[in-house]
Amino acid sequence: MDALLLLLGAPLCGAAVLALVGHRGYARDLNVAFSLGSFAGACALTARVISEGPFLAWEGELFLDPLNVFLVALTAFVALTTSIFSRPYMRVEEEHGKMTPRRLRLYHSMYQLFGFTMLLALTTNNVGILWVAMEAATLTTVLLVSVYRTPASLEAAWKYFILCGVGIAQALFGTVLLYMAAEKIIGAEGGALLWTHLADVRSDLDPQIITLAFAFLFVGYGTKIGLVPLHNWLPDAHAEGPTPVSAVLSGLLLNVALYAVLRCKVLTDGALGTPLAGRLMMAFGLLSVVAGAFFISRQKDVKRMFAYSSIEHMGLTTFAFGVGGPVATFAALLHMTVHSLTKSAIFFAVGHASQKAGTQIMDEIRGLVHVNPTIGWGLMLGALAILGMPPFGVFASEFLILTTAMREQPWATPILLAALGVAFASMFSRVLPMVFGEPSVRRLPHPPALVPTFVHLSLALLLGLYIPPYLDGWYRAAARMVGG
Amino acid sequence: MTPADSLGGQLIDLFATLMLLIAFAMIAQRRVLTLIHLFALQGATLVASTAIVGYLTHQPHLYISAGLTLALKVFLIPWLLHRVIDRLSVRWDVETLINIPTTLLIGIVLVVFAFNIAAPIAQLSVSIARGTLGIALACVLLSFMMMITRSKAVPQVIGFLAMENGLFFAAVAATYGMPMVVELGIALDVLVGILILGVFLFQIREQFDSLDIRHLERLKDD
Repeated sequence: MDALLLLLGAPLCGAAVLALVGHRGYARDLNVAFSLGSFAGACALTARVISEGPFLAWEGELFLDPLNVFLVALTAFVALTTSIFSRPYMRVEEEHGKMTPRRLRLYHSMYQLFGFTMLLALTTNNVGILWVAMEAATLTTVLLVSVYRTPASLEAAWKYFILCGVGIAQALFGTVLLYMAAEKIIGAEGGALLWTHLADVRSDLDPQIITLAFAFLFVGYGTKIGLVPLHNWLPDAHAEGPTPVSAVLSGLLLNVALYAVLRCKVLTDGALGTPLAGRLMMAFGLLSVVAGAFFISRQKDVKRMFAYSSIEHMGLTTFAFGVGGPVATFAALLHMTVHSLTKSAIFFAVGHASQKAGTQIMDEIRGLVHVNPTIGWGLMLGALAILGMPPFGVFASEFLILTTAMREQPWATPILLAALGVAFASMFSRVLPMVFGEPSVRRLPHPPALVPTFVHLSLALLLGLYIPPYLDGWYRAAARMVGG
Repeated sequence: MTPADSLGGQLIDLFATLMLLIAFAMIAQRRVLTLIHLFALQGATLVASTAIVGYLTHQPHLYISAGLTLALKVFLIPWLLHRVIDRLSVRWDVETLINIPTTLLIGIVLVVFAFNIAAPIAQLSVSIARGTLGIALACVLLSFMMMITRSKAVPQVIGFLAMENGLFFAAVAATYGMPMVVELGIALDVLVGILILGVFLFQIREQFDSLDIRHLERLKDD
C-alpha cells in the first residue's frame, strides 16, 4: 500500500511543487527526482506482485493484476527516462528563447501531472475514474502541446482538445451504459463500476446494452489510441509540442488508451459470447496499419513521420488483440511494450537531431553520424528496431502477430505484409541520408542525454532475445484474460 | 400506475422535451450572446429534472449532483463565458450560418436515429426516467453536430459544453446518475477544461487576430 502511495503520490506532489518552483535551475533535477520516486514505487509494486500475486488496495478502488502491472512499470520507467532526456533538451530550448520561466513552470508541473493521470488510469479499479483520468490526461497534454505558443502549436492543441474532447465524451456515454447494465445486477451500493466486480458478473450483463456501450467506448478511447479515421489530432500534437512530450504521448498515452479498450473488451466478450469486439478492433486496426504506412511515405517533417509510425504500430497491436487467442494477445502485449520503449528512444534521438539542425524538416537534417555519432547511431538503430529488424523485440512481436494472422485470418496477411513493406521502404530511405549524408548540422552547446535512448534500445533488444519468466507469466495470464 | 402517468413522470418528460428544444434552438442560433443564455437555460432544465428524479426516488446524492450542475453550468461557466466574450469584444457577434433549414432537417434525422438506438435499451433500465434516454442521446448528437457546423471558436466551445449537459442527462435518465466520486471527477475535468479553453481563446485571438477556426487549418500532410 505504501508503494502505491509512492507511485501516485510522488508525481502528484511533484506537480504541486514544480508549479511553484518549476522555472528555477534545479527544477529539471527535481523533475527527475519525482519521476524517480514514482519509478521506485513501481519497482516495489512489481516486486510485490512477483512474490504475492495480484492484489486490491484502498477498499478495492485500486488494483494490480497481470494486465496492468507491466504497464505500470513501463509507464513509470518511460516517464523517468523522458524526464532525464528533458533536462538537456529544455536547457537548449531555454537558450534558444523558446521556453520562458513561466512556460518552464507550466511544462514541469504538467509533465508530473500527466504522469499521475497515466498511473491513476492504469491502477484504478473504477471504470468511471478511468474515464476521469483519461480526460485529465487530455487536459494536461493539451497544455504541454501548446507550451511554445506558436500558431502551429496552438492549432495542434485546439484540434487535439476538440477531437479528443468529443471522443472522450462518447466514452463517457459508453461508461454510463455500462453502469446501467451493471447496476441491474450488482446494485448501486455494491460498487457497480468496479472492474473486478464487473468482470465477476460479466456473463450476466445484458448483451444489448453492452454492445452499444462497447461501440461508444471503443470510438471514445479509440480516438486517443489514434485509430484511423479518428487520428487527425495525433500527428499535429506530436509534431508541434516539445519532443519529450512527443515521446510520452507515443510511449505512454496511446498504450493507456489501448489498455482502457482492453478492459472494456474483456467485459464485452464475457457478456456477448460473440467475437463482435474483436471484429471491430481488427477492422479499425487494419485500417490504421494501412493508412499509417501510406502516410509515412508522404511526410517531410521527421516527428510527423514517426507519429504516423505510431498510428501504424498501435493499429497493428489493436488488430492483434482483435484476432484474439493466447498467441496473438501475447504478441500484442509484447508489441505494446517494445513499441513504447523503441518509439520513445527514437524521439529522444530525433529531439536532439532537430535541435542541432534547427529544423524538423527531414531534407535539411543530414549527416548526423559525422557530427555526433551517438545521435546518429541512436536514430539509425531506433529506426531499424521500429521497422522490425531482428534481433530487436519488435521483430519478435511482429513475427508472432503475422504468423498467427496467417493461421487465423489469412485474408489479412497480405495486407499487413504490404503495409509493413511500404512503411519499411519509405522510412528507411528517409532515415539513411539523415544519418549518413553530407553533414549540415552544427554542434550543440550542451552534451545530449542519450543514455535513455540506448537504455531503451537495449531493453527492446533484450526483449527480442529473452523474456524474463515473470514477464512471460504476466503476458500469459493477461492473454488468458483478454484473449478469452 | 406506471411512472410516466404520475405527475412527477410527466414533469420529467416535460423537462426532457425542453432540453431537446433548447438543443435545436442552439443549432439555429447565430448570436453568441443568445447561445450563452440558451446554454444556461439548458443547464437549469438539467438541474430541475435531476432534482425531480432525486425527489421521486429518494436518492439524496442526486440533489448534490443537481447542486453541482447549478453552480457550474448555470452560474459559473456562463459567467466565465460572458467575461470571455466581453474581453474579446465578440458579445454582439453574429455568425453567418448557411443552410439553417438543412441543418435542422439533419437534426431531425439524428433525433429519429437516437430514438431508434435508445428505445430497446431504455426498456431494460430501472430508472423512472428511462423514457428520456433517447432524448439524452439526441441532445448529445445535436451538440456534436453543432460543433461540426460552427466555424467560430466560442460557439464550438458552447457546443462542447452542451454535449456534456446531454451526457449528464443520460446518466440521470439511465441510472440515477453516476457514483459520487466519478461525478465529482467529471465536474472537475469540465471546469478545468473550460478554463483552459478560455485561455486558449485569448491566445488564438492574439496569434491569428481572429476567432475564426478556419485559420486553424494550416497543419496538413503534403
